[in-house]
Amino acid sequence: MAELCTHGLSVEAGNQRLVDGASIRLVPGEFVALLGPNGAGKTSLLRASLGLEKKVIGRATIDGSDTAALSPMQRARHIAYLPQQRPLAWPNTVRDVVSLGRYAYGAAPGRLSAEDAAAVDAAIARCDLTALAQRQTDTLSGGELARVHCARAFAAEAPLLIADEPVAALDPRHQFRIMDIIADFVAAGGGALVVLHDITLAARYASRMIWMKQGRIVADGAPEETLTAARMAEIYGVQARVDGRRVEIEGAV
Amino acid sequence: MSLSRLLLPGLIGASILAIFAACLLGSTPMPAGRVLAALFGAADASDELVVWSIRLPRALAAYVAGAALGLSGAALQGLLRNPLAEPGVLGVSASASLVATFSLYYGLAALSPWVLPLAAIIGALIATALIAVAAIATRSVVTLILIGVGISSFAGAAMSLLMNLAPTPFTLSDMINWMLGSVANRSFREIGFAAPFLLAGAVILLASRRGLSALTLGEEAASGIGLDLRRQRILTVLGAGIATGGSVALAGAIGFVGIVAPHIVRPFVGHDPARSLVPSALLAGLILVLADIGVRLMPTTNELKLGVVAALIGAPAFVWIAMRRRALNG
Repeated sequence: MAELCTHGLSVEAGNQRLVDGASIRLVPGEFVALLGPNGAGKTSLLRASLGLEKKVIGRATIDGSDTAALSPMQRARHIAYLPQQRPLAWPNTVRDVVSLGRYAYGAAPGRLSAEDAAAVDAAIARCDLTALAQRQTDTLSGGELARVHCARAFAAEAPLLIADEPVAALDPRHQFRIMDIIADFVAAGGGALVVLHDITLAARYASRMIWMKQGRIVADGAPEETLTAARMAEIYGVQARVDGRRVEIEGAV
Repeated sequence: MSLSRLLLPGLIGASILAIFAACLLGSTPMPAGRVLAALFGAADASDELVVWSIRLPRALAAYVAGAALGLSGAALQGLLRNPLAEPGVLGVSASASLVATFSLYYGLAALSPWVLPLAAIIGALIATALIAVAAIATRSVVTLILIGVGISSFAGAAMSLLMNLAPTPFTLSDMINWMLGSVANRSFREIGFAAPFLLAGAVILLASRRGLSALTLGEEAASGIGLDLRRQRILTVLGAGIATGGSVALAGAIGFVGIVAPHIVRPFVGHDPARSLVPSALLAGLILVLADIGVRLMPTTNELKLGVVAALIGAPAFVWIAMRRRALNG
């Protein structure tokens, strides 16, 4: 079973601690929402757990081995990573972009083995892109592009997924579509760690919530336990009404 | 789709035809039959001399110099994710010819035939490394191009200084050749000295081309799908530096071919940087052979320099690509 762990992980930049002693764990079957205000260190924690940050104290492991010591391709076969910035340099076809998800298996656009092609087609179907497969990415809408990036991540067939704000700048319908796609991935035996800013959305989908503030993990547990009016005030500085998994934000404190 | 499949055979065929045409045409046009006879060693001595010692090496020099630039251009564009990147624009060619000129000026080039190509490669690597370091520090492509302009201007100024100080008109005309780029009077010997570098650069670039496709997603996501970013940067910079250096050692600084060829090729290969490498090389070689035929046929008293013609065609194309790009990105 795939397992991503961090043990007292800290990330430094200059004299600042972006992440301070964070310990998290992600296994298949979990939909974990990583929450916190801008600058809380969420992205740095994700990058450090993937072994992409330079100045790191503590350990991050995949199935017991250090992520920083794994080759990029080995790591990519365990964890698919959907970063916050998702620029596309060239107007490739949707299928070629999704094919890049097979990079860690030695594939390249236009050079896919039967197994690679099957994984790419499955990812395209899962994200409802079959009709758009031959379209150039510069002709797609933001919602369609978000699905292309999801399909690219799923094409790797990695057991774990780390997604950094996958629904940012999407309309409500597309937000739900992306969340449904990730929920399907979790239902099919995957594990997802997803940074979200929409608490309502997070509370609806997540099986666990990790709350961060100023580089520290403040709480980690089921939405029913960790999502409280007091926590919303503490983390985000907002006044909220919480009822089970339902949240209503009423304004700044 | 069928058009894409015809791309490689078409380019190879056109390249062979162009090189053959370069053997036909010249101050004394030679019919195809005599050129063929000369190529296969069945013609009289003077025909063989014209074809084997003058026209064929010159055409091949133009071809391989162009191919190296096309390959480097396509690879640098993939690495920097920018259709305006190219050895000429980024100042790589200029600094290669600067260091080569230095070796000429101080008479080092006379010590060994390897000095000149090595000097050109050192110059090319310095500039490519500077660009690559800047590319890590800045995400702005405009900044990179500006740094390239800076490197070009500096190399140009340093070359002008050397020309000012040139001890003899002889050295001066040598230097002008390097600055403007030309394949006049090249022999198989000179091609032979550049060949190992051209080959080494090409092998490095082709072996590492798959990572260029990964970079389509941006550096962060490319690392995510398993690209070793550091290694990719080093290999592309090294390959492009060595290939461009070899090209400059052979033909001097020739700009813009490395920008035009990949730009034309890209739509045929699905805009995939990795698949654009080989066709870009073939097309750039073809363009330079055709441009060199033009240079030779033009009825001017002093033969035009190949690099001048390439820039006259390439610079407007560069401006056009840059303007269209702005329109696309808002």
